[in-house]
Amino acid sequence: MADTLLTLDDVAVHFTVGSTLKGGIKTLRAVDGITLDVRPGECLGLVGESGCGKSTLALAIMGLLAPTRGRVVLDGSDLGQRSRLETARLVQMVFQDPYASLNPRQTVRRTLADPLRLQGVGRAEVDERVMDMLAKVGLRPEHADRYPHEFSGGQRQRIGIARALILKPKLVICDEPVSALDVSIRAQIINLLLELKDEMGLSYIMISHDLGVVEHVSDRVAVMYLGRIVEQGGWQEIFEDPRHPYTRALIAAIPDPFHRAAITAKAKATGEIPSALNLPSGCPFHPRCPLKAERCVAERPMLEAVSPAHYAACHFRDRLG
Amino acid sequence: MTAPLLRVEDLRLALAGDRASHDAVEGVSFEIGRGEAFGLVGESGCGKSITALAVMGLLRAPLSLAGGRIVLDGQEIQDASAAEMRRLRGKRIGMIFQEPMTALNPLSPVGRQIAEMFVLHEGASWNEAMDRAEEALRQVHVPSPERRIRDFPHQLSGGMRQRVMIAMALACGPDLLIADEPTTALDVTVQAEIIDLMAELCSAKGTAILMISHDLGLVANMCRNVAVMYAGRIVERQPADAIFAHPRHPYTQGLVDSLPRLGERAKRGRQKLREIAGVVPSIAAYPSGCRFNPRCPAATDICRQVAPDLTALPAGGLVRCHHHG
Repeated sequence: MADTLLTLDDVAVHFTVGSTLKGGIKTLRAVDGITLDVRPGECLGLVGESGCGKSTLALAIMGLLAPTRGRVVLDGSDLGQRSRLETARLVQMVFQDPYASLNPRQTVRRTLADPLRLQGVGRAEVDERVMDMLAKVGLRPEHADRYPHEFSGGQRQRIGIARALILKPKLVICDEPVSALDVSIRAQIINLLLELKDEMGLSYIMISHDLGVVEHVSDRVAVMYLGRIVEQGGWQEIFEDPRHPYTRALIAAIPDPFHRAAITAKAKATGEIPSALNLPSGCPFHPRCPLKAERCVAERPMLEAVSPAHYAACHFRDRLG
Repeated sequence: MTAPLLRVEDLRLALAGDRASHDAVEGVSFEIGRGEAFGLVGESGCGKSITALAVMGLLRAPLSLAGGRIVLDGQEIQDASAAEMRRLRGKRIGMIFQEPMTALNPLSPVGRQIAEMFVLHEGASWNEAMDRAEEALRQVHVPSPERRIRDFPHQLSGGMRQRVMIAMALACGPDLLIADEPTTALDVTVQAEIIDLMAELCSAKGTAILMISHDLGLVANMCRNVAVMYAGRIVERQPADAIFAHPRHPYTQGLVDSLPRLGERAKRGRQKLREIAGVVPSIAAYPSGCRFNPRCPAATDICRQVAPDLTALPAGGLVRCHHHG
């Protein structure tokens, strides 16, 4: 199909943990049956709390983890059928921590030039593209020969973005790109990411727990909980008419000095996120859900349509809203 | 008008460097009334956490107190001895830190760590103290506290550990709870629960809170008054609702405007976020005049030359800006 760039078809990533000597081997279902697509030029927001599997899913899309089940189809062909060099030209990642994700012993020039050289780009073109990329992310030519420690956090994240974009990939996975940055720097980076997306015709998967950021940048949003998507839809549907109690709890949890009050305190989740090693029966959200009923303990709700492009995995999806 | 519970006056904290000493915090003053929640907001390096450490008497080299007074309930404590401060901490001042795993003793069951508070500060017997520890865990909504008191910190989730920290901090009914980024390490839905819990317990016991965070929204929601710090100085202090609705300092205005807010896009469509130009200055190179001037859209010559003082706003509150009018 030409109108999707990335298609995930029932993708699962399971890990085996433990040993036969200590309590037996268990299966950790980090990602458990995700079906999703990303269209060209689109930004998909991926929301969820720690342990929900969003970063594992990102690694599977990058081809860095082999899925236990399901297919990852990128730009028309299966990820497993491509070489690493080919995959690198298609999909790249921007990481959360710009202090940990840049090699401290490499100058910016080398960090940006190495991917091009590996792809066989000639020397003159490498220089030109590095300089061009630096300008695009708002760094000056003289920055090319400096080392990461000479930059502030915001500038480092610009370098991280330049590295991700230097091969002109089609899809960029941004894993919490601003949450390690100072509050006053975040707007610069969000604006830059959006500008570059339009300029270079990129698609993004924006992974974040910050719903304000996700609403601002996303065209569509998927909400993950314990390895599965619990709600998916256009940004307006997710934020204006959320149908899964977990989505509502996430929105209700945001401190709101303006008392937006569309979603009240009653929507808040209680208790802690269960372990993915020991999933609750039925709906995995039921132990924390304000709407829990008997049916939720026994029967797992499937992701079903609320409206044509809006899906929620809740028995009561039609009662909310 | 009763005297405030905590008064910090003209606090100056020095950071000793290799060659020179720098003022990490300068001229910081604020008051917290009994039972009042007060917020201190700023980015990393602005001096908010070391201000809290100074109140607790926990400054260590290379940081030192270089001036100012800290008055707790009428008593000056800035020069108190280590032993006196130890008696105050835990009894009169409770503390919660960002990362509960590093603040709890990994080798001791959590019940024992809470019970220790009653033994040390109230002379309780260990038996009685353990019973009270169980009750304290029940108050912070830890499920099955009779079993949990025997758990070690690593057996608990992050949210549960922070509940244990709150139980410890509030065990002896302190007058003041200092919470330094208490929910930054937690997930958002757990954060909401912990904040509600802190607010509920403190208002039930009449405990004042000094809440320290980088998250203006979180603080404004919970506190009556909020002070914003930038580069070692308080730049604005206002009641919480006013600081969001009418921020007067260009830095606060930038913070309020620069973050995408939920619901904005639906109302107004996607607007380009307002950026605060530049970066936070390093402590060794604070600019002259107003420390925000290199990043300020409204900066003029006077801002580059003369450091502004905190001036009172007609509607209450304080702002440190030459052009606030």
